[in-house]
Amino acid sequence: MIEFLRDLLGFETWLLVIVGALISFLAIFGFVAVLAMVAVWLERKVGGHIQVRLGPMRVGGWHGWAQSIADSLKLLMKEDMVVLGADRVLFKLAPAIVMATALSTFVVLPFSPDLQVADVDLGIFFVLAISSITTIGVVMAGWGSNNKWSLYGAMREAAQVASYEIPLGLSLMMPVMYYGTFSLKAASDAQSGWYGMQWYIFSDAFWIAIPSFFLFFTAALAETKRTPFDLPETESELVAGFHTEYSGMRWAFFFMEEYAAMFLMGAIGTAFWLGGYSFPGMNLLEAGSFLHTVLCIGSFVTKSMLLLLVMIWVRWTLPRLRIDQVMTMGYKYLTPLCLILVFMAAGWEYFKFAMGW
Amino acid sequence: MNQKSALHNFHPAGDFASLPGQEVEFDISTKDVEINMGPQHPATHGVLRVLLKANGEILTGAQCHLGYLHRSAEKIGESVDYVQYLPYTDRYDYLASMNNNLSYALAVEKLMGVEAPERAQYLRTIVVELNRVASHLVAIGTYGIDLGAFTPFFYMIREREMLLDLFEKICGARLTYTYIRPGGVMNDAPPGWLDGVKEFTDIFDEKWCEYWDLLMENKIFIERTANVGVITPEQAIAWGTSGPVLRGSGVDWDVRKNNPYMLYEQFDFEAVKGCGYKGTLGDCYDRSFVRMYEMVESVKIVRQCLEGIQEGEVQHAEVGHALKPAPGEVYAGIENPRGELGHYIVSNGEKIANRMRVRSPSYCNLSIVEHMLPGCMLADAAAIIGSVDIVMGETDR
Repeated sequence: MIEFLRDLLGFETWLLVIVGALISFLAIFGFVAVLAMVAVWLERKVGGHIQVRLGPMRVGGWHGWAQSIADSLKLLMKEDMVVLGADRVLFKLAPAIVMATALSTFVVLPFSPDLQVADVDLGIFFVLAISSITTIGVVMAGWGSNNKWSLYGAMREAAQVASYEIPLGLSLMMPVMYYGTFSLKAASDAQSGWYGMQWYIFSDAFWIAIPSFFLFFTAALAETKRTPFDLPETESELVAGFHTEYSGMRWAFFFMEEYAAMFLMGAIGTAFWLGGYSFPGMNLLEAGSFLHTVLCIGSFVTKSMLLLLVMIWVRWTLPRLRIDQVMTMGYKYLTPLCLILVFMAAGWEYFKFAMGW
Repeated sequence: MNQKSALHNFHPAGDFASLPGQEVEFDISTKDVEINMGPQHPATHGVLRVLLKANGEILTGAQCHLGYLHRSAEKIGESVDYVQYLPYTDRYDYLASMNNNLSYALAVEKLMGVEAPERAQYLRTIVVELNRVASHLVAIGTYGIDLGAFTPFFYMIREREMLLDLFEKICGARLTYTYIRPGGVMNDAPPGWLDGVKEFTDIFDEKWCEYWDLLMENKIFIERTANVGVITPEQAIAWGTSGPVLRGSGVDWDVRKNNPYMLYEQFDFEAVKGCGYKGTLGDCYDRSFVRMYEMVESVKIVRQCLEGIQEGEVQHAEVGHALKPAPGEVYAGIENPRGELGHYIVSNGEKIANRMRVRSPSYCNLSIVEHMLPGCMLADAAAIIGSVDIVMGETDR
């Protein structure tokens, strides 16, 4: 793409950066918007069927497929309301920050060997750093709403996300050590051997990979505020948590952020544990061919969506924990377990090095 | 935290450093935050308003404000005649209208010195016990929602739907039945209705196990309810609680057992008591435990009713539409799903009662809530209020 712009249209470097950024932004925004719609519809259908009901059935005909589109239109047309006594600047800025961070983390996701906005060398650090900025947006929303329930939700979010960053980061160290890279693309590339089945969970370190994946997934649930860790927005305690006072498109931004973050966590899990974009038999196809790219993207999105589906499944199955139990779990169980696994992984790598494998 | 009394009592840190052996005091003055929980709050089960004081996540004070659903039911009882008042009783505890009807009907019958025919009594027992099951299904289901588990509620609603269909068949209504009347019941069961009841009792045990596995054995549910909101047996008695709240604390008191009415002496059932199954005696888990097992006992009673029921009249011949009981005063209390629901009626010998007083279990059970909340976490407020299982229609009347 960049070569095309530079060589054929004769763009200067600064123009290239701007145009490239714009195109990436539009692509990511479109992807996230569609993704959020699909995920919401999926959540309602899956939740419905788990709860012996049908979920949306009317809009659009076949199983209410257009329900999310109709809802988005409704949200777009709703009145843009700012509550009385709110800190207007914070109130209006918060959804923007939350949405911006969610979108910018998508920059490093390797959808296929060729399709990635930027192959950042410290990719996973970038994701962790940017996604924790979401918390600031949420705290701004909670503080700016002039509502005590919102403030409680925001404070819980801050406490919870800050404490679960540790196990999340630590659990990601295992694949990082195994592949010796922070880049999601390099990790995915390393897993495309064995006809596309050389995934981390099938590797020689599978006995570290599988527990670390569960730890990662638990921390990811807390990080994305999903049940059983959905304390920032507990419906039955805090009304709706930090977005109680939001409506219309601002509220929809929070909603989109949640699903974008869920997909992001699924994508990270996919890229590091489940082989990224690799699929069985990928080496049989010519790398870079159209079919190869399409199947890679399909494989990556499908795996990420499957993890998202598990998150939905967990949500409709479990009750939620109390804040002290969440903290206990994070600090007393997940973090020590992650540390033990980090040592085990390091020991295994050293053992392999010493044995000359 | 050692708080300074004045709001802006700023001390330079040096002052404290020069006081050896003393507790460290924070020079940021903090104040407990006051939060309004309700009257429009998802966890207060209606229009209860609880004024909470909280230090962070820890509650330091609570005060219940009632009356948002006050409809002067008792006063209405003193201005309409006896049969006309019956539909108002449906509206106290709208989840257990049959029980409300029964309590009122028994009080009026006691006032008049009559007794309903035997078949009517059997039908009453069946509908009342089925209604108890339906009410407990909602109670436990919504309790799950309070704790974040949405799915069990829908499973329970599925079985409640069967019960509501049965009630609809027998009296035409799904929520406010007005089926049990002074002197008997509205009409006999339609053909095949008792078979429908039998069908329900046949499938219920299996479904019950589903709820038990899904909710009561869930580790997170146990973590959230066990050892939370403990009511000691002494407290439970002192605050005048009744029903599952009282029995959850291990007190053996069931109006059906201790003060039997209708045919309850004949039936073989148990008054389920809490036993600290997963935590302390009288915690939130025990109250849910009692409700769960009460459903089993209720179904047991219904099975016995189905065996014992005979053909016959369903309405006392002398009790018609215009009642004129002799002067006197009576109290008749029954075991409602939420506790002892009693009607105290004073009659002057006229068509209209001179005094109508309702002893509602939710109101008495609610009185202990604001004493349980301080010291708990904010999230426990939802767990505790939900475990007491209030229906605001009955609390405010």
